[in-house]
Amino acid sequence: MIEAPTPMPAAASRLPRGQALRRGLAANPLLVAGGAGAVLIVAVAVFAPVLAPFPGDAGTATHPFLVLRPPSAQHWLGTDNVGRDVLSRVLYGARISPLIAVIVLLIACAIGLPLGLAAGYFGGWLDEVIMRVTDIFLAFPPLLLALALAAVLPASLTTVVIAIAATWWPWYTRLVRGQAASVAGRPYIESCRALGISRRKIIGRHILPNAVTPLIVQMSLDVGGVILTASALSFLGLGAQDPTPDWGLMVSEGQSYFTTAWWVVTFPGIAILFTAFAFNLLGDGLRDLLDPRRTFLR
Amino acid sequence: MRLVISDLDVCFGARRVVSIGTLAVGEAEIVGLAGESGSGKSMTTLAVLGLAHTLGATVTGSIKLDGAELTGLSQRELREVRGRRIAAIFQSPSSAFSPVFRVGSVMNRALRLHGMTSAEAAGAASRAMRQVLLSPDLLHRFPSQLSGGQLQRVAIAIALALRAEVLLADEPTSALDVTVQAEVLELLAGLRDTEGMSVLFISHDLAVVAELCDRVAIMAEGRIVEQGPTGQVLSAPRDPYTAELLASVPRIGMGTGP
Amino acid sequence: MIVYAARRAALAVLVVAGVIVLTFVIARVVPGDPAATWAGPHASAAQVAAARRFLGLDRPAAVQLLAYFGGIAAGTWGVSVHTHQPVLSDIATVAPASLELVLAALVIALVTGVPLGLLSARRPGRPLDHGIRAVSILGVSMPIFWMALILQLVFAQRLRLLPAAGEFSPGLLFTHPLARHTGFDVIDALITGNWQMLGSTLGHLLLPAIVVAAYPAGLIARIVRAQVLDTIGETHVQMVRALGFPERAVFGRFAMKLAWNPVAATLALVFGYSLVNTFLVEDVFDWPGLGSYAAASISTLDTPAILGVTLFIALVYVVANLVVDIVQAALDPRIRLR
Repeated sequence: MIEAPTPMPAAASRLPRGQALRRGLAANPLLVAGGAGAVLIVAVAVFAPVLAPFPGDAGTATHPFLVLRPPSAQHWLGTDNVGRDVLSRVLYGARISPLIAVIVLLIACAIGLPLGLAAGYFGGWLDEVIMRVTDIFLAFPPLLLALALAAVLPASLTTVVIAIAATWWPWYTRLVRGQAASVAGRPYIESCRALGISRRKIIGRHILPNAVTPLIVQMSLDVGGVILTASALSFLGLGAQDPTPDWGLMVSEGQSYFTTAWWVVTFPGIAILFTAFAFNLLGDGLRDLLDPRRTFLR
Repeated sequence: MRLVISDLDVCFGARRVVSIGTLAVGEAEIVGLAGESGSGKSMTTLAVLGLAHTLGATVTGSIKLDGAELTGLSQRELREVRGRRIAAIFQSPSSAFSPVFRVGSVMNRALRLHGMTSAEAAGAASRAMRQVLLSPDLLHRFPSQLSGGQLQRVAIAIALALRAEVLLADEPTSALDVTVQAEVLELLAGLRDTEGMSVLFISHDLAVVAELCDRVAIMAEGRIVEQGPTGQVLSAPRDPYTAELLASVPRIGMGTGP
Repeated sequence: MIVYAARRAALAVLVVAGVIVLTFVIARVVPGDPAATWAGPHASAAQVAAARRFLGLDRPAAVQLLAYFGGIAAGTWGVSVHTHQPVLSDIATVAPASLELVLAALVIALVTGVPLGLLSARRPGRPLDHGIRAVSILGVSMPIFWMALILQLVFAQRLRLLPAAGEFSPGLLFTHPLARHTGFDVIDALITGNWQMLGSTLGHLLLPAIVVAAYPAGLIARIVRAQVLDTIGETHVQMVRALGFPERAVFGRFAMKLAWNPVAATLALVFGYSLVNTFLVEDVFDWPGLGSYAAASISTLDTPAILGVTLFIALVYVVANLVVDIVQAALDPRIRLR
């Protein structure tokens, strides 16, 4: 889910412990639900080979005599246009989406974190340059840049990863820069410098920890958004190619048979929705938990 | 007595924050409610207005305005009392006004809410502004364009324009500097004398209370430990807490030694 | 106020320049040799070299960039490989339909999102609040292309409540032809008093607009809720209550006034986002807008068209943000008085 990252107060950096955590969880059923959903998806991804009734269908297997069968006892979610078991493909698809999201976000972090720290700590012209560049990237609506890049590069999951990561890093740069700049401006950092503490230690020990927690919260919020973006790119044919059991690709492939064979499109879509929903709930709940400003007055 | 509070208890669940036996304010009288921060003074204001529930507190006891009981009234009935008969001004005038509304707009809406037509409201607003010695032109400004003292006077003007009988003043001068403070205090004294307003003046500053109030009630941990005419209470305190409070007020001429 | 607007506009111009540079870079990222593609698979080395000179690819990068800028400013955005028309004129033909769709979606999003957000804020922590929050997050988690297919199947095909595709009933082209003035069907129908066409257009607009509205509605509801909750503890809210205003007005007028600011900022964001989302929706509903054009360009690998659409949407987005910035400053005095 795309949302402009807001700088978090430094005091929010600490995760509440023990009783406070339990109370926080009790007040936050959405967080618990999201967390449970996320765990379920990861479990499905890990155990897909064991859970899937027809593991071969997630690969190159085709069954010309089982084409477009409705849901039945053998094929709980029906079969697709080349006879593959939809359930197995959906289960294996759980391996793809979250993994792509993780890789994309790690890359975006790897670029955004150092750039943001540099811009925030050093300030001056370095800050200006980095900020102008991120401004230009952020001048594009979120999906557009990824689409343009994916469209000009050859269609594959790697392209999807590159395209989305290239769109995502500016958000993190901005977020980290905001946190770094506000911490770097504090008097105690000045005294650190006066004491002769090395720059690396200052950044590593004081600035980095404060910048990391809001970044992690933002990343958990973004997982859902990346999954949706990746499935949209695959839907348009820019990502995974057949026979990869990518959910977006499955919806796109099933489109032509939709009116008669509704199951081919419905179930992969539900999987995308469920996954994005769970991670969004999780990220949202995490942010609520860590943000002390949210007090509930009647 | 215009406003009579008896056996008032305000509780947050099991925790009791206010427990007042009796407290009354008469016509043309300023009664001080003095005490340290956290003694429950502000909750008393909210309780009188019937707004304690917005913070999650429950209220039991009796609050009578001109003999009519306020506790137990429905919210709809209470809304007719709020502003119109009992008005309130708050501690930080700059945060008491919404930053995106012109101050005159809030006043105008409040006046029309309580039954005035647009024309009547404009007239009443102008008159009230002049009464508090402010130009009516200031009504077009946003809160960020007015000083703390001016904003507090606008708040008082709203109470005047609504012709409220009782004014609950919750630390109205604590956020203002001394010279501006004096002007606001003068204004409040003037309201008592010319309009016959009943003012409940809540403050932690005994010096201000001594200057302005006719009677004073000392509050500690939700209870009133002493009350009576100001001169009497402050010169001959009967309760040890009052004595302690008085002793902590710095006086001009006090040396550094015992 | 004027100074503020001028400053923002100048900044926007700089951003636009950067956007054009970035699209130029993307265009050059295309793997393979454009000259070779142009010359064809059976071209000789000399022919490829000639193609390179013709396309201006032998000039230094800086010169190419300047030529690109010049071309953009002059309105020559390249020619679509697929339609063989200038990309800009293609875009001009299809853009109005998408703008109509996105604007309709935003209206739906505001009308549903704001009240839901307010309702949620009135009783925070209670079941209704959790329910509305869950629904908002659901809206934001929706795979748009799938939602389009599902809604079309359920409402158009199975229940036959709404039309399945197209901008209006084709039959009406003959009985009540629409005179085109603005390019926007709804407006044209309104100003020419063509009520049958208006009804048909609105009916056809509804389903795609609802799909596109899902994300903005969810986002707006959450932002309204967050903003109102942030404000509700403040003294000025208590003051308004103390003046005797009912809770409805306290939330709906006073607390909400502060919330319009972030909502307006969100509108600009979701305007751009929804414009791109049309790529995923229009095809399903046969809606002849920018989205269908872009989706077709993508599937035919029509690079000039893809880049043209990208540039167009990015420019529209910059302008939309600028407009919202200025409107915000006009409404919230704190921004321009800073």
